[in-house]
Amino acid sequence: MATQYRFGVEPITCHAWNKEQTQLALSPNNDEVHIYGLSGGQWVKQHTLSEHTQRVTGIDWAPKSNRIVTCGVDRNAYVWTFNGTKWEPVLVILRINRAATCVKWSPEENKFAIGSGARLISVCYYESENNWWVSKHIKKPIRSTVTCLDWHPNNYLLACGSSDFKTRVYSAYVKEIESKPSANEWGSKLPFAAMLGEYSNGGGGWVHAVCFSSSGTKLAWVGHDSSISIVDAANGFNILTAKTSYLPFTSCLWVTENSLVVGGYDNLPLLFNCSQGAINFVNKLDIPKKSGGGSMSAMKRFQQMDTRGRDSEDSKVVTLHQNAIRQLTLHSGSKSSCAKFASGGNDGQILVWDIRTLESQIAGLTIS
Amino acid sequence: MAATLKPYLEAVRKTLHASMCLENFPSQVVERHNKPEVEVMSSKELLFTPVVISRNERERVKIEGSINSIRISIAIKQADEIEKILCHKFTNFMMQRAENFFILRRKPIEGYDISFLVTNFHLEQMLKHKLVDFVIHFMEEIDKEVSNLKLAVNTRARISAAEFLQCFN
Repeated sequence: MATQYRFGVEPITCHAWNKEQTQLALSPNNDEVHIYGLSGGQWVKQHTLSEHTQRVTGIDWAPKSNRIVTCGVDRNAYVWTFNGTKWEPVLVILRINRAATCVKWSPEENKFAIGSGARLISVCYYESENNWWVSKHIKKPIRSTVTCLDWHPNNYLLACGSSDFKTRVYSAYVKEIESKPSANEWGSKLPFAAMLGEYSNGGGGWVHAVCFSSSGTKLAWVGHDSSISIVDAANGFNILTAKTSYLPFTSCLWVTENSLVVGGYDNLPLLFNCSQGAINFVNKLDIPKKSGGGSMSAMKRFQQMDTRGRDSEDSKVVTLHQNAIRQLTLHSGSKSSCAKFASGGNDGQILVWDIRTLESQIAGLTIS
Repeated sequence: MAATLKPYLEAVRKTLHASMCLENFPSQVVERHNKPEVEVMSSKELLFTPVVISRNERERVKIEGSINSIRISIAIKQADEIEKILCHKFTNFMMQRAENFFILRRKPIEGYDISFLVTNFHLEQMLKHKLVDFVIHFMEEIDKEVSNLKLAVNTRARISAAEFLQCFN
C-alpha cells in the first residue's frame, strides 16, 4: 500500500524532499538535520547539519535553486547551500524573540516565510551587500503562535494558520526584490502585510495546517476540532466546513484540484473531495489488515494468557504509522496531479504513498 | 453498583482517547521555554474547558486539556474514616515515588486524591492506547486495593483484639 522507511524511534518533526526525490532532509526531534540519500532502495545518511542549538521545527527544500532552509526553537533560521562537498549555512536575521515554528520557500524561491511563537511572520529575502537574509514582519492581527504557512502559487500571497483559531491570507509582496503584483481573486491592493482575509469555521480549534490548491483559488485548513474547512475565492469567499468524527488532523495536502488528503492523530491519511458545494469523505487510504486474532488456536491463546496475562498481542497499532502523522509532503508530481505523497510521523517512519497504487488496491477509489 | 462502573470507565476511556492529541509546543510567553500549558495556564487560548466525569458525588475524574499536556485527576471513593486513611497512605506512597511512574504528579490538585500529568513527550515515547489502559487499570484497581486493605486491617484488628481479651478470660 505504501513504502515504509524507518529512521529510528524518535519522532520525525519535519522532513523535506529534494527535486528528484533522491535526497531527504529530516530532523529526528532534536537540534540536527540529517540528509539522507537513496542508494539501492535504502536511505543512507550523507550529511548532518548541526548549527541549531535547540530542536528544529521546520525544513523546506527549494527544488529549483537546491537550497534548504531550516528553523528552530532557538529562534534562528539558516539557509543551507551545497558547495559540492558540504552544506554551508547562511544566517537569517529573523528579529524574533520566541521559537520559530514553521518555514516555507515561496514558489519563485526568492524569499521565504517563517512563523513564530512571537505572534508574527517573518518574510525573509536575500541582501547581497551583507551576505545575509533580512526579514520584514507581518504582525497584525495575529493573537497567538503561528502554527503553519503556505504560499499562493503567484508568489505574492501567504496563508497562515494560528493557534488563535483563525486562518489569514496576507500579501507578502516585497518591493525591494520583485515587481508589483497585479490584482487577483484574493484582492487588488497588495502592499506588504495587508490582510486580505481572515477566516474561521465558526468553531474553535487551533489551526494545524493550511494549504492552497494548485490554482490558488481554494485554501484548505484543518483545525483541532477535527474539522476541514475550505474557502473558495472564486466563489465569493464561501467557506465550506466538514466536521468529522475522527481525531484532529495535523496536516493537509491537495492531491488534485478537488481532492484533499489529511492526516493526523488517527495515524492514517484520509481522502476528502470538495465538489458541488460540500466536502465529502471518500476513503481511508490505509486499510488495516484483519488481525490474526480469529485464527489463533485455542492452545496458543491459553498459552499466551498463561505467560503474559492477556489473550492476544495488542501492543501493535493496526495502522502502518504507529503514532500520529506530523506532516504530509508532496513527493512527486504537483498539487494539481500528485503522483506520490509522503507522510512523516511521531513513530520515526516516513511512508511514501503512490496514488495510482492506492487507486488499484482500494476498491471503488478514484481520485479526481 | 458494578453496573455503573463499566459505562463510567468507558466514558473516561473515550475522553482520554480524544484529549491525548498533543504536540510539541514551545512557550509563547517565556523565551526558549517549553512548559506544560495546563500547568502554567499562561495563555487562555491554548487551554480546553475541563471535563468532569462523575460516577457519584465521591467518585469522579477531572480531565483538563491543553495544546501540549493533559492533567487527569481522580477522586477515589472514601466511605468512612478508615478508607480515608488508607487512601491517603496509598496515594502518598505512590506520589513520593512519582518519578518511577513517569506520568504521576507529585501533588494532587485541589479536591482530588491523585493527579496524572501526560505531556507530548510521554506520547512520543509510549503508545497512546497503553497509556489510556494504564489510567483505566489504575482506576479499576485502586478501589479493589483500598477495600482489600480495609478487610485486612479489620481482620487484623479482630485477631489482635481477641488475643488481647483472652488475658481477661
